[in-house]
Amino acid sequence: MATASPSTYSAVTLNINGEKHTLTVDHRTTLLDALRERLDLTGTKKGCDQGQCGACTVLLDKRRAVACLQLAVAAEGREITTIEGVAEGDRLHPVQQAFLDLDGYQCGYCTPGQICSAVAVIEEHAAGWPSAVTDDVRPEAGPPPLTPEEIRERMSGNLCRCGAYVSIVQAVARAAENDARTGRTAEAAQDAHDAQGTQGAQGAQGAQGANHEGAAA
Amino acid sequence: MTTATTGTRTTGHAVGTAHTRVEGRDKVTGAARYAGEIPFTELAFGWFALSTAARGRVRSVESDAVLEMPGVLAVLHHGNAPRVDIDYVGMLGMPPDPTAAVFQHDRVPHAGWPVALVVAATSEQAREAAEALVVHYEEEPHDVTFAAGSEHPDAYSIPGPGGPGVTGKGDLEAELAASAVVLDAEYSTPEEHHNPMEPHAATARWDGGRLEVVDSNQGTLWVADELAKMFSLDPAAVRVRSEHVGGGFGSKGLRAHQVAAVMAATVLSRPVRVVMTRRQMFSLAGYRSPTNQRVRLGADAEGRLRALEHSSLSVTSTVHEFIESGAGPARVMYDAPAHHTANRVVRLDVPTPTFMRAPGEAPGSFALESALDELAEKCGIDPIELRVRNEPALGPVSGLPFSSRNLPACFREGARRFGWADRDPRPGLRRDGRWLLGTGTAAASFFAGAMPSTAAATAESDGTFTVRINAADIGTGARTALTLVAADALQVPTDRVRVRIGDSDLGPAMIAGGSMGTRSWAWAVTAAAEELRERLALSDAVPPEGITVRSDTTAAVGALTQKERHSFGAQFAEVAVDVATGEVRVRRMLGVFAAGKIVNPLTARGQFTGGMIWGISMALHEEAVRDRNTGAHYGADLAGYHVATHADVPLVEADWVDDPDPDDPVGIKGIGEIGIVGAAAAVANAVWHATGVRHRSLPIRPDRVLEAGVRA
Ligand code: FES
Ligand code: FES
Repeated sequence: MATASPSTYSAVTLNINGEKHTLTVDHRTTLLDALRERLDLTGTKKGCDQGQCGACTVLLDKRRAVACLQLAVAAEGREITTIEGVAEGDRLHPVQQAFLDLDGYQCGYCTPGQICSAVAVIEEHAAGWPSAVTDDVRPEAGPPPLTPEEIRERMSGNLCRCGAYVSIVQAVARAAENDARTGRTAEAAQDAHDAQGTQGAQGAQGAQGANHEGAAA
Repeated sequence: MTTATTGTRTTGHAVGTAHTRVEGRDKVTGAARYAGEIPFTELAFGWFALSTAARGRVRSVESDAVLEMPGVLAVLHHGNAPRVDIDYVGMLGMPPDPTAAVFQHDRVPHAGWPVALVVAATSEQAREAAEALVVHYEEEPHDVTFAAGSEHPDAYSIPGPGGPGVTGKGDLEAELAASAVVLDAEYSTPEEHHNPMEPHAATARWDGGRLEVVDSNQGTLWVADELAKMFSLDPAAVRVRSEHVGGGFGSKGLRAHQVAAVMAATVLSRPVRVVMTRRQMFSLAGYRSPTNQRVRLGADAEGRLRALEHSSLSVTSTVHEFIESGAGPARVMYDAPAHHTANRVVRLDVPTPTFMRAPGEAPGSFALESALDELAEKCGIDPIELRVRNEPALGPVSGLPFSSRNLPACFREGARRFGWADRDPRPGLRRDGRWLLGTGTAAASFFAGAMPSTAAATAESDGTFTVRINAADIGTGARTALTLVAADALQVPTDRVRVRIGDSDLGPAMIAGGSMGTRSWAWAVTAAAEELRERLALSDAVPPEGITVRSDTTAAVGALTQKERHSFGAQFAEVAVDVATGEVRVRRMLGVFAAGKIVNPLTARGQFTGGMIWGISMALHEEAVRDRNTGAHYGADLAGYHVATHADVPLVEADWVDDPDPDDPVGIKGIGEIGIVGAAAAVANAVWHATGVRHRSLPIRPDRVLEAGVRA
């Protein structure tokens, strides 16, 4: 690393996927570059570096954020989840499993961002957040049905140049459905995520064996 | 309900059965590493400085001040960069685009031309220094204005990927004069950019006398071959790897970043990575030329064509020729006693365009298939019936028979599923609240070919098989398709086969391009695997080093008889048009294709629908706009250049009819490009059906819809 002038570099501790990483960063370093170039967490992708494509989507305190518009120094103290932290060890998150089963990608470059986004979309929806296409936005109305139109609207910050939109929407719908079947609310989902417990309906198609026949829509 | 497998125990039926991607787990967990993501010790970062002048000369590059900046290691420019050779013909039979041969002279042929590469220890330092670098220019007047054909008297015709520049038979004026119905219309398509989600990225380093490049490309040997020729190296001394590729669409061949990375790694004797920024991609990564097209059709009262003329004008740079052959589809789709096509280019002070998904066919089919719809309207004949009546028996230009031509079957199946029979052909009649509704259709075709490739199949002593082929999986699912093909040829379950791709050391093979990759590779894989199976039947045991069989399809591919070989398809779209805001929304879309044997239905569906979504994007959103004064783009980024996102894309469905290629060992034709062909025309024809107004210029922007209004 080049000579670090003290005024333009700082030591930061980043909490990523439940692990603390302490490093010295150039103040200009984005969270995205810190992940990719300093911490070898290259799952988070750089599609534009300008907040226009969603490829770099991560979760900051469980909410979606584009890592290219976050400075690493400003991410200290936040709970950062990247694509590398979405699965439970070897067990894929239901969103990941649905992307795999339903071919919710082609080149795969937008995929980590789409998946992180979808994980948060399902939580946001379950927590009752309306979207621009939600008909009834009164708080007491509760979450609207998670129709394809709702999913498309909520996922529109994530571009996919391969045009895998049709299967991405199907994958998000399936993951949300599995989520709903296990009766998880936003909090309960997080609890289930934190615990090493079973994941209900997901187990029916979640096995990873190379010989496993998984059902797809 | 499709059942997708992740591996099968049965043998011989992998081809044709849905299979999840073999690298899928790596892609959904973030483990798959793309070109800019492989760590190297002592890695340095290169950042391009691009010309702000649109034409002229670099007077000076003020590198001294920049070299004083923290972390800066070098500033490469025309005054100090290693010399390269560009006097050669590359693997694809073309001389290199001098745009890639950076820093060889002081001429600036267009805005965004690379004038320097700043290399520094971190990307932040490189970027700051590149942005601080002062370059003085001697500017000359430039011309970037692409106008109607008549305003470019200096345009000329050259052959292109679609064949000769000009073709012609019959007396056009006489047949037009004798026609009961005549159409004469001009169409235009804008400059379009590939914008793969993964920006172009390359890391170069010297490793014990060998140049190693980790890159994102559509053919590692293609890039290795060009680098070897440019830098006068022994081909064996260059290795290019490209394991995962975040989309290419024609843009990922030899480009400035690989050459600059090699120069910097050579000068600094350390690994150097050069990644294009999204903005830089707009001038460095190639693009689809805008087109201005004119179609003249003459038909008898029954709609049978007597005259067809299609001429297409596109742009190229002042330093290299590339032609967007918009008139190509007419040479395959429709015949007439008088049949004339012409592709011409005009040179402007712009970057060189390149292959972009369905080059020629995408813009050409927009014009031709819109014109057919207009002719159907004038004749009072259903647009599908008009096309069926004009099915040619032989290639309209070549006179050769078609290997297969299942276009009517696609229209029949598509019409049935889309509900076409109930359609009232009159425009401007259907309403849903503030929306006017309409449906449209168009035909599609794309060349189906194969190129020589080599492969190696190894029986390992543990009972598994390794297939090595220098294929590129740019999102097409090629790696998975080849796994299925190999498993069937070996008569083993797919989970015993691993396929290695994306490494120039694997030997010569077709690039991922021209919808010919998977077919060409599958041919070589089949040949090697079948011979290996025969060999194994005769041997008792597999030795520790395994048994390897190699194949080379040069002779077999060369023995293919001359025929018109194409995939075909029928596109259907329903749109809603809000005439108060000018917004056009696609409500549903269906494509039915006759595109050879479908190897993996799961991933093939994505190839087709992905192409169709490109068609929606082309019809409604995409347009790169140049500022005449600066010669550069307005809004060269993903906010200024719109590509379809989730909310723009309805349920898009694709299906296929049985259409195995009789001359291919697996029956494959290739499916990477046909999905976009005709798609924009189907949308535009649906907009006419909704509003009664023809939109002959893409994209069909809200302001154009508002201005054009409704004509019911
Ligand atoms: S890379 Fe951050 S939004 Fe595109
Ligand atoms: S899968 Fe390629 S960009 Fe989405």
